[in-house]
Amino acid sequence: MILTAGWYMALAAVLFSIGAAGVLVRRNALVMFMSIELMLNAVNLTFVAAGSEMGLIEGQVAALFVIVVAAAEVTIGLAILVAVFRRRSTANVDELAALKG
Amino acid sequence: MIEVLVFAFFAAVAVAGALVMVMAKNPVYSAIGLLTAMFAIAVFYVLQDAHFVAAIQVLIYAGAVMTLFLFVIMLIGVDKTEDTAEQIPYQRPLAIVVTVGFATVILIAGAQAWITGSNLFEVDDLNGTIETVADALFGTWMLAFLSTIFLLTIAAVGSIALAYYSGPGEES
Repeated sequence: MILTAGWYMALAAVLFSIGAAGVLVRRNALVMFMSIELMLNAVNLTFVAAGSEMGLIEGQVAALFVIVVAAAEVTIGLAILVAVFRRRSTANVDELAALKG
Repeated sequence: MIEVLVFAFFAAVAVAGALVMVMAKNPVYSAIGLLTAMFAIAVFYVLQDAHFVAAIQVLIYAGAVMTLFLFVIMLIGVDKTEDTAEQIPYQRPLAIVVTVGFATVILIAGAQAWITGSNLFEVDDLNGTIETVADALFGTWMLAFLSTIFLLTIAAVGSIALAYYSGPGEES
């Protein structure tokens, strides 16, 4: 049995689905953020797998850019979370309903 | 053969870490679960000869991002009392059914579309050292690389602005 890119992509699909389930099921904003990070990681895995299968270095370059964007996103997201927590004393997204009509 | 064994072991580790992250009540356990999954994914990068991406994965994700998460957990406190009361009835079971269906459809579709033969494109093995990655990054993708400078600057300025924000009851 030979390890092909398809196996990595199947594993990435499973990890992406677990991350999507985390975003939909959890109510703690921090854990929802971690689930989004897991989804980004799964997509990175498919980029690198496809790149190595087709012999293109661009797969790894795309993974690096995704890592940069994820780092920026985490900085802003956690800063917003801390600002919200200082004002409302909660990280539960169900209780943040100030814009509810 | 040894490659398949390493893949199988770390695939199990990655899925277990991801499940711990989603299911743990305590956010610290969630962070440790995600850390485990990220280390396992770094092993997959090494298996595919993407050595530089593997190093960046460990340095940036496992090092910087997860430390930031743990700092924020420390700042806002560990909240284990995530209520199970539903704002929207049946939202959680429905979400699980939808995600399992999504995964099943992707895997069925992928089993026919993904490349299953070895080396279909008949390419040489990539060696993702710093040199080969940098040749692409600072050659073809120079403009994209430079635009990440703007992205990171805006992110840094934005997080500083958010840190200066003070609520109605606080002194600025």
